[in-house]
Amino acid sequence: MKVWVDRNICDNHGQCAIAAPDNFSLDADGVLQYKEDFPDADLEYIEDAMDVCPVQAIFLKGEQ
Amino acid sequence: MAGLRSAEQMRGAGWKDEIVLVGDEVHPPYNRPPLSKETLASQHSPDEALNSVLLRQRASAAPLTFRLGERAAACSLTDKTITLDSGESLHYDGLVIATGIRPRRLDVPGPTPGRYVVRTLDDSLALRQRLTPGVKVVVIGCGFVGCEVAATAISLGCDVQLIEGSNGPMHRALGGTVSAAMRDWFVSRGLQIRTRKVVTEFLTDQTDPHHQRVAGVRLNDGAELEAEVIVEAVGSLPNTEWLQGNGLDLTDGVLVDKHLRVLGAQNAVAVGDIARYPDQWTDGLPRRVEHWQGAIDTAKTAARSLVADLTGNQPPAPYSSVPSFWSDVFGTRVQGLGVPHHATDVRVIEGSLEALDEGVTVAYTRDNTIVGLVTIALPPARLIQLRSHLGQPLSELLAPTQLTTN
Repeated sequence: MKVWVDRNICDNHGQCAIAAPDNFSLDADGVLQYKEDFPDADLEYIEDAMDVCPVQAIFLKGEQ
Repeated sequence: MAGLRSAEQMRGAGWKDEIVLVGDEVHPPYNRPPLSKETLASQHSPDEALNSVLLRQRASAAPLTFRLGERAAACSLTDKTITLDSGESLHYDGLVIATGIRPRRLDVPGPTPGRYVVRTLDDSLALRQRLTPGVKVVVIGCGFVGCEVAATAISLGCDVQLIEGSNGPMHRALGGTVSAAMRDWFVSRGLQIRTRKVVTEFLTDQTDPHHQRVAGVRLNDGAELEAEVIVEAVGSLPNTEWLQGNGLDLTDGVLVDKHLRVLGAQNAVAVGDIARYPDQWTDGLPRRVEHWQGAIDTAKTAARSLVADLTGNQPPAPYSSVPSFWSDVFGTRVQGLGVPHHATDVRVIEGSLEALDEGVTVAYTRDNTIVGLVTIALPPARLIQLRSHLGQPLSELLAPTQLTTN
């Protein structure tokens, strides 16, 4: 599975960077940066990040 | 949302048996924050509007059984049954109470047509149709919903007056000092504000005697404000009626313990807006918190507590999430952490309350400890950077090295 953020929806709230800081961060301009790949053990944090996204812009590609 | 997230978290906690979600709205679980902002301002068809706010559902939580458009009318916590509107009874092993809140309505004389609230998608779509350029709008109440609706209506070209009531804009979330600054800022954006006024009557449109429509409001000082559209944003009431008769403490929501288990019931938890839990951020005083993120955070703790109860295990860690909230008004983000309303002192640590547009950070303290942080018109990275200072002495944040922006 890979993380995918819909940039058309993302509003740079940054809640994902609190829930899953290893995968999501905001750069100096406040713009979201993220990694597509993550270790299996981090799935829980990725799912938390998806939940707390106020605009629901985070998706898992290849999700069952 | 709190119900859906609880169901998903129960799956995450290992619950394999059937999960049924009962909800009185016909729509699948959706996201409410846009309803007072983007949805109101959008040109979407109703279907497109629904699609734009639907909550993403965890595929891994399947199967979930949705009973949409069905309302829980009553329950017996001893028999472990819920009675639906239709009269049908559902038996349960574990219960998640997630019936949330509804808007409070003003109890003053006058007609009903022309009065709106914003809680559901249908509420938002109904109000949207009326927010056309030049329309006179009165918004009653200045919490997040009232402020957001007022700002959106202005952006749509409406002529908007905001009736404040006893406190200033976003007062409960931001406290008096910042609220006063917000008021000045709103006024500078074209919002007309009536401070410390109460509506005593809804005026009737005399030109159309066959349809008793509102034509405005009368205030407690006798002033009459003309309006074709009135929005009531005067707080909320927890939907607890269906729980009556079970001996629960329903004083304000559903009283739960620190694991979010309903006090006086077996195998029952409460989540989201309706849960009144002992909040460690306010010295353990039980309170309800109506923040969007609280629905997600409480769902996680409550689901684990419930699964532990159902499987005869010890409950996991108590609920301890940091309250987090935000608002968007006039395209400006207001973002907060912690419990600003619990503070005894306020310190602007960046920018100036006279110039909100240029970016402001405010620290809220109690006994010189930071209990809340709010940023206005700053990138969220700022708040994330400062987050670790919550619960820490103000002096550490004020140390010069902490305030350099990188």
